[in-house]
Amino acid sequence: MSLLEIENASVYYDDFQALYDLNIKVEEGEIFACIGANGAGKSTMLKTVAGLLVPRRGRILFDGRPIDHMPTHKRVEIGISSVPEGRRVFPSLTVQENLIIGAYRNRKGPWTPETIYELFPLLQPLKKRQASGLSGGEQQALAIGRALMANPRLILMDEVSLGLAPVVIKRIYDAFPTLISNGCTILVVEQDVQHVLTVAGHVACFLEGRIALQGRPDELTNEQITAAYFGV
Amino acid sequence: MKTAATMSPADGKRYNVWVASRTNLIILGFGVCVLVVLALFPLFAGIPWTRRLVDFFTLLALASFWNLMLGYAGLISVGQQGYIGIGSYTLWLFADVLHINPFIGVIFAAIGGAVIALPAAKLVFKLKGGYLAIGTWVIAEILRLIVANIKRTGGGSGITIQAATKLGTDVRVPGSYWWGLASAVIAIGFSYFLLRSRTGLGLKAIRDNDLAAESSGVNLWRMKLYTYVIAGAGCAMVGAIVAIHLLRVQPAAAFSVNWTGYLIFITVIGGIGTLEGPIIGTLIYFILREMTSKYGEWYFIVLGLLAIIVTIWSPSGLYGLVVQKWNFFLFPLQRKVKIRAAATEPQAVAAESGGTTV
Amino acid sequence: MDWINAATQGILLGGLYALFAVGLSLVFGTMRLVNLAHGDLTILPAYVALMLVNAFQFNPFYSIPITMAIMFVVGYLLQSGLLNFVVGKGDVAGVIVTFGLSMVIQNGLLLAFTANSQGLDAGRVENLSIKINDRLAVGWLPLIIFLMAVVVITVLQVYMGRTKMGRAFRAVSDDTEAARLMGINTKHIWAMAMGVALLIGAIGGVMMGIRTTFDPLLGNQRLIFAFEAVIIGGMGSAWGTLLGGIILGLSQTLGAQAFGSAWSILVGHLVFVIVLTFRPQGLMAKTVTA
Repeated sequence: MSLLEIENASVYYDDFQALYDLNIKVEEGEIFACIGANGAGKSTMLKTVAGLLVPRRGRILFDGRPIDHMPTHKRVEIGISSVPEGRRVFPSLTVQENLIIGAYRNRKGPWTPETIYELFPLLQPLKKRQASGLSGGEQQALAIGRALMANPRLILMDEVSLGLAPVVIKRIYDAFPTLISNGCTILVVEQDVQHVLTVAGHVACFLEGRIALQGRPDELTNEQITAAYFGV
Repeated sequence: MKTAATMSPADGKRYNVWVASRTNLIILGFGVCVLVVLALFPLFAGIPWTRRLVDFFTLLALASFWNLMLGYAGLISVGQQGYIGIGSYTLWLFADVLHINPFIGVIFAAIGGAVIALPAAKLVFKLKGGYLAIGTWVIAEILRLIVANIKRTGGGSGITIQAATKLGTDVRVPGSYWWGLASAVIAIGFSYFLLRSRTGLGLKAIRDNDLAAESSGVNLWRMKLYTYVIAGAGCAMVGAIVAIHLLRVQPAAAFSVNWTGYLIFITVIGGIGTLEGPIIGTLIYFILREMTSKYGEWYFIVLGLLAIIVTIWSPSGLYGLVVQKWNFFLFPLQRKVKIRAAATEPQAVAAESGGTTV
Repeated sequence: MDWINAATQGILLGGLYALFAVGLSLVFGTMRLVNLAHGDLTILPAYVALMLVNAFQFNPFYSIPITMAIMFVVGYLLQSGLLNFVVGKGDVAGVIVTFGLSMVIQNGLLLAFTANSQGLDAGRVENLSIKINDRLAVGWLPLIIFLMAVVVITVLQVYMGRTKMGRAFRAVSDDTEAARLMGINTKHIWAMAMGVALLIGAIGGVMMGIRTTFDPLLGNQRLIFAFEAVIIGGMGSAWGTLLGGIILGLSQTLGAQAFGSAWSILVGHLVFVIVLTFRPQGLMAKTVTA
C-alpha cells in the first residue's frame, strides 16, 4: 500500500478546473518530484494533499485512509507536513519560536530543535532573531526545519529552490537523504528541473492539470522530459 | 439596439458588443411611463400617501448613494448620518437664518455636504476596511457634537424650520415629494451613467481587485474620493428634504446611526453593487416597516438578524439570487458579446456567446 | 489646581479605555475582523453582573470573575457559531454582520431592561479616594481600574510571548494559512481570541458599571472610544493601546477643564483627528514584514 494515493482527483478554483482526474502513488521512503511549468497544477496538487483545497471528485488516501475531507490541522496530526511556496515563515516569531510551533501537534519522532540545528547549522546563531530578518536561504532552511518539527511521515515541499542561489539550493537538497533516513517521505514540487532530478526516485511531469509523463529519472530521456514539460 | 463597438479580429468573425437587448429597451420605455405617473402622483393622491412616498424616495436615494460607494468603490461607510444631519441643519441655516426659499436651500445643503465630505475623505481614507467604517462614524459624531453644542441651532432639543412651516402643508408635502423623487432619480441615474462610462468600468474593477485596477491605470484614490463626495452631497440633499418634510430637526434623530442601520439592511437585502438592489431593498424595508413598526425594538432586531442571515447565506442579496437563477438584469450594465460568423459565409448566423460579464 | 486633578483623572480614564480597546485590537490582529458590536459586548457584562447581583445579593465586585467567565464563553460561542463564517470573507461582510449584531444586542437589552440607566452598587468604595495633598485626591475605583489595565496587558504580553497558545495566536496573526499548515486549528484560535477579548472587556464593563451608570445604548460611544485608543496608540501594540487610552482620556478631561464638560468628548475626537492626520500609523505602531 502506498503512503499517499491520489485517486482520480479533480480540483477546481470556483469554476476553473485546475486538476483533471489526477492519479499519483507515492511510496514510503521515496523522493517523489513533480515538475512542470507555472500554472500546470503542481501547487494545486500539494494544497489538496495538505487540505487547503478539497477535490470536487476523486479521493486522497493516506496510509490507505481517505482524508479528502479531513481539515488541514488534523492532517498534520496524522503525519503530513508542509513547506509552503514562498517559505511563509512567521515573521514576528523568532527562529526558535518558528521551530517550536512546527511541533504544535506534538508528534513524537527524531526531530527536535537541537537536531534541526545539526541539520542546518546556519540557523543556530540566528536562534533568537525574528524570522523577518532572515535571508531567503535562511528562511527556506527554517521553513523546512519547521515542517520537520512536526515529525511527519510525508513532507510536502513547494518550490523550495525558488529565488535561491545555486549553492544554497545544493545545500538544501544535500539534506534530503538525512530526512529520508529519519523516516520521512518527500513529495517535492519544482519548476527548476535540473536539481530535483538528481535526488528524485520518481518524477511526474505536470501539464495543464494532468500528468504528461511519469517514471524514474534514470529511465526517462531529456527529450521526453522537455517534451512533457512544454507540451510539444 | 445600440452597438458599442464592432471589431474584426484576424479570425474573420465580426464581434459586436451589445449593451442593451430589446427587452431592456422595453423596460426603459416602461420606466419613463412610470416616472411620469410618479411625477403626477401628488396631484391625485392624498397627503398621507404622498408623505409615505416622500419617505420611500428619500430612503431609496440614500440607499442608492450608499450602494454606489460600497458596491462600486468598495467604501464601507457607517457614518452617512453625518451628512444627512449636516444637510438638515444647512437647510435650516439657509431657510431660517439666510431667508432663502427652503426648496432652493436643498441645493445649498448638497453643496454643504460636498464641502465637508472632501476633507473628511482625506482623513478617513488613511484607514482601511472596518476601521475606515468606524472612522466615518467618528466624523458623523464630530458633526453631531458640534451642531448640538451651538446654542443657536437649538442645541440638543433641536429646532423647527420656520420657513417650511410657513409654506403650509399643501405646498410643503408635494414639494418634498418632488424633491424626494428627484433625489432618487438623481441617485439612481448617477449610478447608472457612472457605470456605463469608462470611469464606471474603472469603479467596477476596483470592486473586483484593487491591485489589478491600479496597474491598469485607473486612478483609484480619485475615484473613491469622487464617489465619497457625491454620496456625501447626496445624503446631505436628502437630509435637507427630510428637514422640510418633518419640519423639525434634532441632533439625536438627524445624526442617528439608525439611518445607517436602515441603509445596511436595504442594500444587503436588495443586493450590494446592483442598481436594482436598493429599489427592491427599499420596497421590502417598507413592507416590513408597515408590518412591524409598532413593535419598536423587535423591528430593529428583525432588521439586524435579516442582515446577518442574508450576508452569510446569500451574499449577493435576495435580488442576487434572482440574477443568478435567471441571469436577468433590469438595468443593462453587463456587456454581452455576440459572435457573428465570418462575413464571407453566405448565411450570417448570430449566436450569443452566453452572457459573459465584463 | 484643578488641572492636575483633571490630568490625573484623564490618565486613570485611559486605563478604562485600554481595557475596552485591547479586545478590539486583539480580535483585529488575529482575524482582521473589526467588531462593530464590541462596545455593546462590553455593556452586556454589566447587565450580566446586574442579574448576578440581584440573584445572589452580593457585592458587585464578586460578580467580576463570574462575569469574566461567562463573557469568555459568550465570546467563544459567538465566534465559532457566527463570526467564524465571516472571517476571511472581506471587510464588508464583517462590518455588516457585526453592525447587525450590534443592533440585535442593543435592542435585545432595551427589550429586557428598558432604556433606563442602571448602576451597580458597590457601597462605600465607589466614593473612597486617596488624598495626596490639599488639591489632589485620587479615587480608589479609577485607580483600581487603571491598575487592572496594567495587569491585564502585562499578563497578555506574557501569555502571548511565552505560552504555546500565545505563540499560536501570533502565528495566526502573522499568516493564517501557514498556521493552518502547521497544525493549528485556526477556527479554535479565533474563537479563543474573541473569548479573551470579551473577558477583558467584561472587567472594564463591570467596573464601569460600578463607577457610573450604564444603559443599552452606551455601546456605540464605547466602540468609538476603544477605536480611537487603538488608532492613537498604534495597531499591533497592547501597550500602545494603553498609551492611546491615556491620551484620549487626558484629551477628554483636560478638554472638559478648559471648555466645559459639554465639549470633552469633542476634544477627544479632535485629538484623534490630529493623530490620524499627522501620524496615521499611531504613536507606538509595530509593523513587521516578512
